[in-house]
Amino acid sequence: MTEPGGSDAQVVVVGGGHAGTALVGLLRQQGHRGPITLFGDEVDYPYHRPPLSKKFADGQLEQWLRPPEFYRDQDIAVRLGEQITRIDRPGRRLHTASGETCGYDYLVLATGARPRTIPVPGADLAGVLALRTLADARLLRKCVAEGRTLVIVGGGYIGLEVAAVARANGVAVTIVERESRVLARLGSPRLSEILTEHHRGHDVDIVTDAQVVRLDGRDNEVRRAVLDDGTSLDCGAVLVAVGAVPRDELAAAAGLRCAKGIVVDQRTRTSDPHILAIGDATRRPVTLTNAVMRLESIPSATEQAGQAAAVITGRAEPTPEVPWFWSDQYDLRLKIAGLVPGNPVTVTRGDPASGRFALFHLDSARQGGAVAAVESANSAADFMAGKKLIGAARSVDPDRLADPSIPLRDIVAP
Amino acid sequence: MPTVTYSLSDGSSHDVDVPSGQSVMDGSVRNNLPGIVAECGGSCSCATCHVFVETGMNHFDEATDEERDLLEFADGALPNSRLSCQLILRPDTEGVRVTVPDTNS
Repeated sequence: MTEPGGSDAQVVVVGGGHAGTALVGLLRQQGHRGPITLFGDEVDYPYHRPPLSKKFADGQLEQWLRPPEFYRDQDIAVRLGEQITRIDRPGRRLHTASGETCGYDYLVLATGARPRTIPVPGADLAGVLALRTLADARLLRKCVAEGRTLVIVGGGYIGLEVAAVARANGVAVTIVERESRVLARLGSPRLSEILTEHHRGHDVDIVTDAQVVRLDGRDNEVRRAVLDDGTSLDCGAVLVAVGAVPRDELAAAAGLRCAKGIVVDQRTRTSDPHILAIGDATRRPVTLTNAVMRLESIPSATEQAGQAAAVITGRAEPTPEVPWFWSDQYDLRLKIAGLVPGNPVTVTRGDPASGRFALFHLDSARQGGAVAAVESANSAADFMAGKKLIGAARSVDPDRLADPSIPLRDIVAP
Repeated sequence: MPTVTYSLSDGSSHDVDVPSGQSVMDGSVRNNLPGIVAECGGSCSCATCHVFVETGMNHFDEATDEERDLLEFADGALPNSRLSCQLILRPDTEGVRVTVPDTNS
């Protein structure tokens, strides 16, 4: 019998996104000799998702995470376009939709998330789009190329990025946001203000405190979005970008602990010692904040892939990382580290009007005023310094942080 | 085809043929060498592909402001630090040797 952790263990990964793909590569890097199988339900080889919202209008959409030959050379079996229908935990095997079974010593669920939909009449009309996959991005590209007026439901990062690309291609855009500001879930109030102003400067119409209640069409094509106050917006396409729902159904059906996401510990272990879970499908601990949350980002997926590889190959647990994110909107290259606390003390470094700035958010509850998050634009040094300050959890003097004549290096390493 | 030599933190050294037009990062990822994480896929958004260029720096364009900013706070950065996603090989590139730190996570 193969012991879990033995380097001959049979590893099966379900999900061909960033998390699953990073894991299979890491396992071979770390000397795992046993069979590795990667199941993906899409027909394309695993690809980079960030360009789908940042660069969908031009250039190559298909940017493979690894070239297809990589998997052959690394002796990784890739099964594309395959659905897994059931996990047989006592028998330690999977059932596929095509009727096959596949045994495992370690099963890693990297099933990702699916776009949340809006339950309104007309949501099934042609031209009502989501954005998660290459296929979605190809449709969006076509709509933008045809110059169709775009209504974007949801002012999160995806909505804002798509708005920026659409405007750069001359497409009229309205963003409809349910909350009182864009980026209400992830961004600070100050960043919301700055980005709102920036988008309005590019003629994006941003409507807040509003919900789409109905979509009207002609010949089964969406033509109009109707809001809760009766406002009617003519359009040729609607992008629904109101977040994502973790794909935890397979795990839940197998009796694994789920709570809007597969619940894992800081080493990606589920409630079954033979099953790990990584990526957007999980609800995970974030060590620096003592929070347990969903953290939908590539750095989080990569970090968890490292944690899972360590469990499988019997290595020491990797050092926890500071969560971080990036976004490109027009000429703004945004990099964000940490999690914005409630009621932060915000220190601005640089001038937001110049397009080069950083917002440092101090949490008075943390080490007497340590930096908890940094939101930067065109200011990668501020981002990197902020990430280090967050990791160090040390209190800093807000006045020194705000003073551009004091080099950040002196603040990071006084 | 240009050859790049990667010196890894375990003391091993790997000569890799990297097609011109691709980056030093691409060559590492393609061959699954450890140390270059390349989270952002080469868009100069992270600093997880940090290398030290030991020989052949003259073959590459100078670092952009953004790359310099990212490198300023990268762990263990030295004057010959670069982000390998920004090191694009040309047909006549030869003699490039890089050391990959083990701190790129």
